[in-house]
Amino acid sequence: MSLGTTMKSSIGAKALMAITGIILVLFVIGHMVGNLQVFLGPDALNQYAHTLQSLGPILWIIRLVLLTTLVAHIWSAAVVVRMSVAARPVDYQKRKDLTTGFAARTMLVSGIVVALFIVYHVLHFTTGTIDMAESYGQMLPDGGGHDVYKMVIEGFQHPLTTIVYCLATVVLCLHLSHGISSLMQTLGFRNDSNAARIDKVGPVLAIIILIGNLSMPIAALTGLIK
Amino acid sequence: MAFNLDSKVPEGPLAEKWTNHRFNLKLVNPANKRKFKVIVVGSGLAGASAASSLGEMGYNVDCFCYQDSSRRAHSIAAQGGINAAKNYPNDGDSVRRLFYDTIKGGDYRAREANVYRLAEVANDIIDQCVAQGVPFAREYGGLLDNRSFGGAQVSRTFYARGQTGQQLLIGAYQSLSRQIAQGSVKMHVRSEMLDLVMVDGHARGIVVRNLVTGEITRHAADAVLICTGGYGNVFYLSTNAMGCNVTAALQAYKRGAGFANPCYTQIHPTCIPVASDHQSKLTLMSESLRNDGRVWVPKKKDDDRAPNDIPEEERDYYLERRYPSFGNLVPRDVASRAAKERCDAGHGVGTTKLAVYLDFADAISRLGEDVIRARYGNLFQMYEKITAENPYKVPMRIFPAVHYTMGGLWVDYNLQTTIPGLFCLGEANFSDHGANRLGASALMQGLADGYFVAPYTVSDYLANHGAMDADKKVTTSHAEFDKVEGEVRARIDKLMAIKGTKSVDHFHKRLGLIMWENCGMGRTAEGLKQALVEIPKVREEFWKDVRIPGDVAEFNPELEKASRVADFLDFAETMCHDALTREESCGGHYREEHQNEEGEAQRDDVNFVNASVWEYMGEGAAPELTKEELIFENVKLTTRSYK
Amino acid sequence: MRITLHVWRQKNSTDTGGMKEYTVDGVSEDMSFLEMLDLVNENLINEGKEPIAFDHDCREGICGTCSLMINGIAHGPDAAITTCQLHMRSFKDGDAIHIEPWRSLAFPVVRDLVVDRSSFDRIVQAGGYVSINAGAAQDANCLPIPKPDSDTSMDAAACIGCGACVASCPNGSAMLFVSAKIGHLAHLPQGQPERYKRARDMVAQMDAEGFGACSNHYECEAVCPKEIPVKFIAKMNRDFFKATMCSES
Repeated sequence: MSLGTTMKSSIGAKALMAITGIILVLFVIGHMVGNLQVFLGPDALNQYAHTLQSLGPILWIIRLVLLTTLVAHIWSAAVVVRMSVAARPVDYQKRKDLTTGFAARTMLVSGIVVALFIVYHVLHFTTGTIDMAESYGQMLPDGGGHDVYKMVIEGFQHPLTTIVYCLATVVLCLHLSHGISSLMQTLGFRNDSNAARIDKVGPVLAIIILIGNLSMPIAALTGLIK
Repeated sequence: MAFNLDSKVPEGPLAEKWTNHRFNLKLVNPANKRKFKVIVVGSGLAGASAASSLGEMGYNVDCFCYQDSSRRAHSIAAQGGINAAKNYPNDGDSVRRLFYDTIKGGDYRAREANVYRLAEVANDIIDQCVAQGVPFAREYGGLLDNRSFGGAQVSRTFYARGQTGQQLLIGAYQSLSRQIAQGSVKMHVRSEMLDLVMVDGHARGIVVRNLVTGEITRHAADAVLICTGGYGNVFYLSTNAMGCNVTAALQAYKRGAGFANPCYTQIHPTCIPVASDHQSKLTLMSESLRNDGRVWVPKKKDDDRAPNDIPEEERDYYLERRYPSFGNLVPRDVASRAAKERCDAGHGVGTTKLAVYLDFADAISRLGEDVIRARYGNLFQMYEKITAENPYKVPMRIFPAVHYTMGGLWVDYNLQTTIPGLFCLGEANFSDHGANRLGASALMQGLADGYFVAPYTVSDYLANHGAMDADKKVTTSHAEFDKVEGEVRARIDKLMAIKGTKSVDHFHKRLGLIMWENCGMGRTAEGLKQALVEIPKVREEFWKDVRIPGDVAEFNPELEKASRVADFLDFAETMCHDALTREESCGGHYREEHQNEEGEAQRDDVNFVNASVWEYMGEGAAPELTKEELIFENVKLTTRSYK
Repeated sequence: MRITLHVWRQKNSTDTGGMKEYTVDGVSEDMSFLEMLDLVNENLINEGKEPIAFDHDCREGICGTCSLMINGIAHGPDAAITTCQLHMRSFKDGDAIHIEPWRSLAFPVVRDLVVDRSSFDRIVQAGGYVSINAGAAQDANCLPIPKPDSDTSMDAAACIGCGACVASCPNGSAMLFVSAKIGHLAHLPQGQPERYKRARDMVAQMDAEGFGACSNHYECEAVCPKEIPVKFIAKMNRDFFKATMCSES
């Protein structure tokens, strides 16, 4: 069976989604941990940002890998959704869920929201296209690169922006709370002895990510960090 | 015209008959096998195993079933297990002992040579099933577990939880699926055989109704195998599936196949009692329950106290009282009759007074609830679902129900009926169980016939009588097919044209009641004669007043039912004639006139050591009887005693 | 009891169909759900109308013929049973009950509540067997099988092929059914020679039949009358990966 055929099969598509999911989750965690340095003050964050910026071509490779992963994740989602929609041409007039939850039923919606948010986030902080006319591109006086710290603090001074970030973070949490546990089942790790733990690890990790990611915009908006 | 019944039992010592016979059977050259086509009707254990085996050998097989998948045939419902004389537990079992137990259990009304062969090939069945991936219960050492079942003194029953029939059928279904994928078997689901086509005295095809489209189709072949199970649904209420029917066997009977021992009906002792008039079927619970449960009724008549309020000394453990050495493990026919006797005497329990208690209190206090749960958990749960009573706390209520029919199309040692080229396998034939079937023997017989007997004997028939050249083959354009198809269509049109006022079930229930009361657990000459008066009346009314909604050319379950019930109505009289002429009590046939002082069945070994083979003489006419004498050279006929 | 039914009626596979309402009196709580439908049908026949077609056969929960979405739940509100084992005591007087057929592209409606599940048969035909001819077997005890393996195999083999897993799945996926068949044979030594080929071929057939993909809602496990766990799906996925990535055939 060729790789292409495998990936288009129901299980193959899910596996691709799971593997790309793992990479994206790891990125989300890394991204969060890096950004949390905002609480350590301007120097720490700017130093971290400067290190990243200085990676040069490696940074571009990482960006390319992440973009490919994201595209593959979305593509596999499309394969799965198309199969599933086609599988039930006539829907039930009445259907009751017994075990599945809100997060699992809304993966498509939460996924789309997160994808849109990623675009916004990149335009906001990475390219500065949106909403960043003033603080974007300002350099640190000592030649230490961009003043990312200032950019973050100022970026979250608009309540609307902060609300968008907070909502997106909640949606991401929802997506991950099902996605993380689900990918372990898909990849065949879930069994009798670990099922309860695996079913918990998704929501727990998602909530940790939620708290971490919420803390920054809220702290900036409320003036906890300046 | 009486039948010339040649059983074709081979010469030689019992233990060598099958080996010798197999050598003497003719073979079909491997290259020629694909030139033959075989029709298999039914896809239960017998049908699926025969179809897949014949397909594996290289024949072209067409297999038909009325269900929506061959995996759903009613063999699937067998719970308890399958016997084989492997002697794994080292408790003294042997082929000879399994043979002897089966002959004795059948009350000496089966053919010795057939039963011996069954016992012989039983071991091969276990091997075959394990190799297919049937997950039989195992011990911690990894070897197969055996249990004692249905009153056997040795542990020879292999089982897969309480779903042995299901697992064996899935094994056969898998084999069949493999043949379907390879193209050797063509499966026709939701298809019902409505008639048999004969050309020059040989079975050469069938006429079938597609149950989805209503289309009537013809199928020609070099041999036809009927594997359509039993006719217990003639009683309306039975443990059979709703669709089980006598249609295929009856059509063969009408076309000239002898029908043997139709009165032999097995009434299973441990079923859930009837609760209301709307009851559509009865649910059996494995008789393995009797290994730990104790059967009792109140000593006092019409005792309305709750079971747990009846003190020990006021309980009558009637099986233990009457049969001290076998106790609660007496064979099915004995246990069923004893329950009926107690209920008739006014000791029945429950609202209908047609039930006895099966009590696990002793076993629970001896072994603990956990052990009982591990052994019977699924059965207890099933009971609770149906009755809303908790059998861990309250004794179960049980009552006998029609379960299996030992009678069937007469077959010789080759499983061929009196019509050349027409074979009959499994419950549909009469061959191996005599007047009573032992527990865990039905699965054994179905698979023995299908995997290890019919493939050889059908080959022999094809080698002798099959036409190899295409231009000598009977095709569906033969005039006989025109004629039979015309008859089938005329009958369906006649049914549809009645447009009466009463539903099919109405007539089926009436027939069932007549049969249960007069040809059920206890039979009398008077009752049977009464039934022979009443059945034609119901039949006449049915053909005048049945209402079948819908059209012919569509999915029409009422038409299916009507066609089956019409056949039951035609068949029921033959059962009563058989029961009436068999002036003795044996196995599942209990004539109240023939009992000893203690109420035990009394056989007549002078006049009735034979199989009664009936020939159809037309609607309403009494069928004609021919007897096949049964010769016992290897066992001595004794009165079955379980005291 | 008096029950109001909302039942899907559809004359044949090409008809569009729709819900119809029926009222039935005199339902006793000892009746099974299907006996209640028998009663409705008896009434319909007496009124000269066409009865409701529904699939059923053994009526003891083992043949897998009966189906029905009852109030939006496959096999009705009680756990671990089939529709034929459901009794009216699970409902109360005055209840309204919605009854619909299994909905899946691979289960086209034949009539009313009857669907065609032959797609399941074709999946088994794609490899759900051990390739052994009758007569070729060695002695049954030549190959010891650890009891836990045999028990796990039996857990999977308990599948009755009713299709409730597909019916209840928000994605219309047949993974529980397919994984039960694959798991049954994968836990036995007899199933090893064809293990990976079987997984690959059966999954391919499942996809070809038009079933949906699994996104781990576990609704199938919740409605399965034989309580087959979703761990078999995880196991099937592993076998499928091995089959497609590592096996040469």
